[in-house]
Amino acid sequence: MAVDPQSSNAPREQRNARYGLILFAVYLALYAGFMAVSTLSPRAMAAPVLLGINLAIVYGFGLIIAALVLALIYMALCGRPMPSAGAPEDKP
Amino acid sequence: MIYHSSSIAIGIFVTFVGLVLGLSFYLGRKAKSAQGYYTAHGEIHWFVNGIAFAGDYLSAASFLGICGMIAFYGYDGFLYSIGYLAGWVVALFVVAEPLKRLGRFTFADALDKQFNSRGIKLAAAISTLVVSIFYLIPQMVGAGALVKPLLGFTHVQGVLLVGVIVVTIVVTAGMVSTTWVQFIKGSLLVIFCSVLVAMILGRGFSTESGHKFRSLPLNAFTASTEMTLLPATGAWKDKLFVQVKDNTTGVVSVWRKTKTGFSETQTVTEIEDLATQTKRKLVNGQPQGHGPGEGDLFPVGTISKLPGGKTATGPLSIPEFFSTLSASEVILWGNEKITQKSATEVVTTTVYYQKPTSGSDILVPGVSPTFSGLQKDAFYPKLDFLSLMLALFCGTASLPHILIRYYTVKDEAAVRKSTVVGIASIGFFYVLTLFLGLGAMTGGTLDVTNTNMAAPLLARSFGEIPFAVISAIAFTTVLGTVSGLIMAASGAVAHDILTNFFAIQMSDHHKVLAGKWVAVAVGIIAMVLGVLFEKMNVSFLVGWAFNVAASANLPALVMLLFWRRTTKQGITWAIVVGMLSSLAWILLSAETYKNVYNLDPALSIMKFSQPAIVTIPLGFLTLIVASLLSKPREQVAAA
Repeated sequence: MAVDPQSSNAPREQRNARYGLILFAVYLALYAGFMAVSTLSPRAMAAPVLLGINLAIVYGFGLIIAALVLALIYMALCGRPMPSAGAPEDKP
Repeated sequence: MIYHSSSIAIGIFVTFVGLVLGLSFYLGRKAKSAQGYYTAHGEIHWFVNGIAFAGDYLSAASFLGICGMIAFYGYDGFLYSIGYLAGWVVALFVVAEPLKRLGRFTFADALDKQFNSRGIKLAAAISTLVVSIFYLIPQMVGAGALVKPLLGFTHVQGVLLVGVIVVTIVVTAGMVSTTWVQFIKGSLLVIFCSVLVAMILGRGFSTESGHKFRSLPLNAFTASTEMTLLPATGAWKDKLFVQVKDNTTGVVSVWRKTKTGFSETQTVTEIEDLATQTKRKLVNGQPQGHGPGEGDLFPVGTISKLPGGKTATGPLSIPEFFSTLSASEVILWGNEKITQKSATEVVTTTVYYQKPTSGSDILVPGVSPTFSGLQKDAFYPKLDFLSLMLALFCGTASLPHILIRYYTVKDEAAVRKSTVVGIASIGFFYVLTLFLGLGAMTGGTLDVTNTNMAAPLLARSFGEIPFAVISAIAFTTVLGTVSGLIMAASGAVAHDILTNFFAIQMSDHHKVLAGKWVAVAVGIIAMVLGVLFEKMNVSFLVGWAFNVAASANLPALVMLLFWRRTTKQGITWAIVVGMLSSLAWILLSAETYKNVYNLDPALSIMKFSQPAIVTIPLGFLTLIVASLLSKPREQVAAA
């Protein structure tokens, strides 16, 4: 990562960047899933899955809500205090 | 369709726009230094910045384009909503904080921080300019289209109005006033669209909305003495349409053959007289107007069958809204162009016809012409779709007018918080677009010839005042995005090219002055292009901007952050190759052949239109190869 090693914040920046990448991977999988269903089996999108609403709408809204939920998780994780120097860092 | 502007509508519009401008000038009155002009001193509160992200990002394409596409084709427009929002995930999780750490005024600053390379500065500044100008064209075209019906202006006047207002905003106080315009616009857009959605749900669906078109039995014309069936000759041969002449008025109408009879259509006819080189236009067989002997298009958009044979549903909950619509039948509108040539004139008739469509079919991807390949077993259309979704995903985090907003807040924590606020407000808005579009589809006020007007016309179905308010908001939408783009372009030229690339020594005061002159110049270019590209489809051009931004900027940004071996040559070449390859691809694509050059799309050498799926990897590859062929950073530093 582009972290200035002289900065006292370097460990925190590295930690936050790692959280970011993990959450990014989670979202990427969800997004790719939507594209896979849309291209490989578009008919499946018409099936009602929740309260009479079809998969296309539920998944679409789901992607938007998931983006917000992951963003909030990221904010909460980044706001946590750093463990004291030398101690192993928390795994997210 | 001819729109009537009422004095109430104009009054509300002028007040609204005046208030937005007045407030932003008042709040943005102090910005004298370069730091103030380019980044609002980095003192914008994270919450304000977050809403300003929404104001910056939710352009005319999002509001007018997506709502229009959903209103005419259903779910497909919502795919853009999904893609545009997904891009914010890349912005937040990958690029936001490092970019803030590395840069000062512009995206080029951040890329160049560790290299101090003139090549990077120039390449990044040019890519910023290219993307900003591509993005500006649809905004200006949208503005012209919007002002036309509301204030009775011509397209040119509308474009000039936007151009002058925006240049004034930017020149007054740069990023400070721009930020406040975007903040106010973002808040208004989200609040009023929520109100509109509540009104849509409160009204429910009805089979009585819009103009009632006639259906006649199969023998209607042969048995009639009032109407004469015209012989199907020339271009009308073997079509599903018949021309029928009214014996009393002489007006020719067009009907579509169905299984059970004939259904009425709407037509727009252009007649070019070859001898005099003049053109005249008929609407539904008559000159356009509302006087005697004149005709106009009828407002459309209705549900033809509700479940259980009801005629109205009354208020609906959110799940009921979708489940009722899936069980209903909706009238969509198709169109076909028929050109009849004779020795003296060329008659081009566009027939707009009803397509009764099951509700469950419009709530899935693949109904619109753009994405119709999804429902078929064809490889390239599917690849085209994936490529567009990839461009939207990668493009957001590479848009220069979004990236500069990271420098208007204090620190990385503020960047993070404001991006989360941005995601919340933008995501909420995109959820609303589906309701707005489907509300417009069934609201009975659509104009078959103009998809971009769907959202304002939907508001009109609730009365003149909502129409004026939504139109005014749509106008401020254009102002917010255009001022952000002009700021980005101004920074690229004045800061990156003049100050850093040509190393012109300027005092702080002169740097601000240079930025303002560039803003005026870019504003003028935008106005000229807005007039030239009047006929272009708005969302099509925005798609280009995302493709070019993602191909040119993303590989450089990501590799700089994650690969230590990246060199200045790698970054410069990645930007140049990504930008040129995506541009060339777009200029040679079938879409451009059809829409820009008016050539047969089959002549295009590109198998699909959206380049991102090829040109983004190409950008990465170029960066890796160019970096490996050049000296590593450490050696350069040691030498």
